[in-house]
Amino acid sequence: MPESAVREALADAHRREWAFVLAAVVRVTRDLDLAEECVQDAYAKAVVAWSQQGVPSRPGAWLTTAARNRAFDVIRRESTARRSLPLLVVETVSAAGQDFEEDIFGDDRLRLIFTCCHPTLSAPARVALTLRLVCGVTTAEIARSFLVSEATMAARITRAKKKIAAAHIPYRIPAADELPVRTDAVLDVIHQLFTTGHTAPTGAQLVRNDVTSQALDLARMLRLLLPGDREVIALLALILLSGARADQRLAADGSLRLLADQDRSRWDASAIAEGAALVSEALRDGPPGKYALLAAIDALHDEAPAWEDTDWPQIVGLYDHLARVWPTPVVGLNRAVAIRFADGPAAGLAALDRLVDDPRLAVYPYLAATRADCLRELGRYSEARPLYEEAILLTGNDVERAFLAERLQQLPG
Amino acid sequence: MAQYLILIYADESAWSGLSAEESAAARAEYEGFGTRNAAAITGGSELSPTTTATSIRSDGAGDFLVTDGPFVETKEALGGYYLIDVESLDEAIAVAKQVPLAIGGVEVRPLVDYGA
Repeated sequence: MPESAVREALADAHRREWAFVLAAVVRVTRDLDLAEECVQDAYAKAVVAWSQQGVPSRPGAWLTTAARNRAFDVIRRESTARRSLPLLVVETVSAAGQDFEEDIFGDDRLRLIFTCCHPTLSAPARVALTLRLVCGVTTAEIARSFLVSEATMAARITRAKKKIAAAHIPYRIPAADELPVRTDAVLDVIHQLFTTGHTAPTGAQLVRNDVTSQALDLARMLRLLLPGDREVIALLALILLSGARADQRLAADGSLRLLADQDRSRWDASAIAEGAALVSEALRDGPPGKYALLAAIDALHDEAPAWEDTDWPQIVGLYDHLARVWPTPVVGLNRAVAIRFADGPAAGLAALDRLVDDPRLAVYPYLAATRADCLRELGRYSEARPLYEEAILLTGNDVERAFLAERLQQLPG
Repeated sequence: MAQYLILIYADESAWSGLSAEESAAARAEYEGFGTRNAAAITGGSELSPTTTATSIRSDGAGDFLVTDGPFVETKEALGGYYLIDVESLDEAIAVAKQVPLAIGGVEVRPLVDYGA
């Protein structure tokens, strides 16, 4: 078998099967580090085996078997040393009537995801662990995505793994009564990953496609594993609908292109169609959650044939609803932006002025930038100037900074 | 099974400021908590206030420095603890959330498991 074909099959298996294989092996090792070593070993063995024997019909099953065999070997050899380590709390599956095949290839991915997104881990640790263990991203790559040193990221991941083991964070799917809250925690991790990639908080790039595509893969995986959950459907829709515009957010010269100036014919039509269908599904049968409302807002943007056709009154209505379900200052800010376009800059400014005393927005560049935009439209240039300057100081993203600097420079007077 | 220490932290002045009836009610609440979670609780007690504490540090030269007061002065001081034995952190937190918390909060710390 040609080397390139094997390499491609392996890359594909890494993307599709990593979580499945690792999750199955964790059940055997009850130790995240050992499980990772065994899975890496299985992928290394696959390079040789697949080039000699061809790619197996079920690569995930092949890799799982190889990794589990490796795990059994290591556990046998190191049994005495391992006895002193705290092991993961794994639910015991009753042996009676258990199909052996099913036991080997049973899907443990949800257990892995819920463990990585456990609410007793810090928010940055949840994101990092999910990327490392569920997506199989290397620590070096995660460190690059979050613009911290590899040593810092490695320490963050190690600390989280130690807490999982020492504090006995269980490797299981939460009970029905806690499932909604715990699912929300998983969705928040995926959403945070997406927003981090969508507008990188710092650095030279505006959009980090590597990070947003991991978020999309995770949302698809979760949709498969929790098919009935409307907020899971909604988050997948949100990522598709918002991501559909990503390529148009930058002009050819690398500068920021606003929604009003984007070429809508070049948005990703298939992503919009898929996302729009999912939004309608997420909005059916009951009051909408925060992701359904966010996705519905994105759908209204995506489906407007032109900027002038945007249904701002309906978007304001959705933000009103969202502010009740999810009363965060950033939602308040976005609601004010919608009011600006629905009712004009004076109304927008009034809504924004109500937010200026919120300490949680004190270092948030978009509040100053949006107030500056409203003042500029109202012709109050001398008031707009210091706010643009403030926003420039607060943003960490180079593309946004360049955009704001240009706005400031173009102010008359 | 895994062992955890639930450390109860509270503002001592708020605690000592309770009237006799309030204090009795709080005690009853704790007793109720203890009864409801008897299967998990393996030990625990209320502590006398930090004004009764004595701290002992090594002076690094073979001798001791004995001082009046708690090891670390904090507004919210350790006022009691429970030792529990449960399946996992999820269960430990479920127990900890039932600790009466009219004033203060709790910290859940796993004990180091040296293996069987």
